[in-house]
Amino acid sequence: MTVSGGPLLDAARTGEPLAGPPELAVAALAGDRGGGPRPRAASAPHLAFRRVTEDPPWVRRGLIALALLFLGAFLLVPAAAVLWEAVRGGADLWWKAVSEPDALSAIKLTLLVAAISVPLNTLFGVAAAWSLTRFRFRGQNLLLSLIDLPFGVSPVIAGMVTILLFGAQGIFGAWCQAHGVKIAFAVPGIVLATVFVTFPFVARELIPFMQQQGTEEEEAALVMGASGWQILTRVTLPNVRWSLFYGVILCNARAMGEFGAVSVVSGHIRGLTNTIPLHVEILYNEYAFRASFAVASLLFLLALVTLVVKKAMEWRQHAERVAASRSEA
Amino acid sequence: MSRAAARTRRGVLPGFGLSTGFTIFYLGLVVLIPLSSVVLKASTLTWEQAWAVVASPRALASYRISFGASAIGAAINTVFGVLVAWVLARYRFPGRTLVDALVDLPFALPTAVSGIALTAVYARNGWIGQWLEPLGIKAAFSPLGVTIALTFIGLPFVVRTVQPVLEDAEPELEEAAAMLGAGRGQTFLRVILPALVPAALTGFTLAFARAIGEYGSVVFIAGNMPMSTEIAPLLIMTKLEQFDYAGATAIATVLLVASFALLLAINRLQAWTRVRAGQA
Repeated sequence: MTVSGGPLLDAARTGEPLAGPPELAVAALAGDRGGGPRPRAASAPHLAFRRVTEDPPWVRRGLIALALLFLGAFLLVPAAAVLWEAVRGGADLWWKAVSEPDALSAIKLTLLVAAISVPLNTLFGVAAAWSLTRFRFRGQNLLLSLIDLPFGVSPVIAGMVTILLFGAQGIFGAWCQAHGVKIAFAVPGIVLATVFVTFPFVARELIPFMQQQGTEEEEAALVMGASGWQILTRVTLPNVRWSLFYGVILCNARAMGEFGAVSVVSGHIRGLTNTIPLHVEILYNEYAFRASFAVASLLFLLALVTLVVKKAMEWRQHAERVAASRSEA
Repeated sequence: MSRAAARTRRGVLPGFGLSTGFTIFYLGLVVLIPLSSVVLKASTLTWEQAWAVVASPRALASYRISFGASAIGAAINTVFGVLVAWVLARYRFPGRTLVDALVDLPFALPTAVSGIALTAVYARNGWIGQWLEPLGIKAAFSPLGVTIALTFIGLPFVVRTVQPVLEDAEPELEEAAAMLGAGRGQTFLRVILPALVPAALTGFTLAFARAIGEYGSVVFIAGNMPMSTEIAPLLIMTKLEQFDYAGATAIATVLLVASFALLLAINRLQAWTRVRAGQA
């Protein structure tokens, strides 16, 4: 039996054939509680049908207004403030703030840090997803939990570990000094801290997706004689490319925007170890608010791009799901 | 058991050794070894020394503001997160897609930008702060400011855990409740809300865990007064700047233990959510 009791009961009472969505029939029943059987449309033209699973309009409008008020105060107003503060000094001031030498070197360093940490974590993400979704082995769940670990660690602690390892008093500090290698309070330290905080992003995006996809296509390729490398590059990666792309975008956004971890290890040397977020902080603390917001607007644009990509991904997945269910039917 | 049999049980595709080996190697190199250095450094202190740092009045005050403001922020996010998830999942209104996308802004926006934006808005002369000032409410540079920042960064968690549960919920349950004579309010409280509890709790814990470690968005709006608005991560930062590495790791260990306990709780909650969803 596939139909719920409502419409059947309704049909039995009114003698009408089953028609329309079942919710409407239930609404009719709920509407004439105790009124006895009667044809719906004829005797109650004033009754505007509302599904019983739908809220009255005043509730709906009230809740929407309340939700928008909350999101407005906490999200929209701060977002608008960044843009307004960035542009209100005029285009010239904005351009001057983002093109002065210190800002340019911060932009360059941020790009460099992302260019190193994102590919490393992407490689790791693909390897981890392949291992955790294509095989079953003992300790799998533990490994999965450990990958999430950096999400639970405060960025300040993430930066601190680099100093504990490579700082002057650190575990490898003496070795670094003896060999003239500078890691803490220098660019390598910034890269290490960024790799740590962006570690789970690609893996976290790929693992659930590849789990859901299953292994049939790869196994078919194997039977047809493909090598492991061929399976990875011709079957798996093309299948997961959008999910992978989204993971990379998230990883990149965090790598370019990371503040706490980088702040601990950077040493804050202008023009040398300043990333864009650190440059924003320095300008802000010097009361150069306009310039600070101008540089911050670059990061804001990065966030917007990330959000747009996310939305596009969701639409894509939705469209694919609809297409899949159509082809099954 | 032969190697071939073991391999079949694991899966037939190639690359098990390479991918698992690299995963464990990279995880160890990037995450596990660095994190164990915290424990290693903290263990250079004796118990008495560690206790003196961890339980000093300044440290206790920093836990109070960190955990307190995080809990309040997560609680606000639970109430409004369920509301926003409900509105997004159930209603159609102009701008819904935009609002839905905007919810993720705190994830995507670098924390330093959130920090200066919130400070600008909630400061005495800011867009919202100027309306709070005459009411005698000091938003920025007060514990309230810390709470506002921690609410902001935790906002997406509850929405994004509750929203899919609401979208997948079967309307039959609500129809049945209505058939049995329940009003809309009754249906919400006794049928819909209980189904949301595991997801909402997961969201609360995620928001709470994120807020405890948060640094960037808080330091601008907090005012950073020791004993009042100095959060625990900032105290670690301060100790690092004074080269008190052992002291910093002692406080960090407290935070790490708290976050790992929360991660464990989140794992349990997510398992519970799946069981609940399976039963529905």
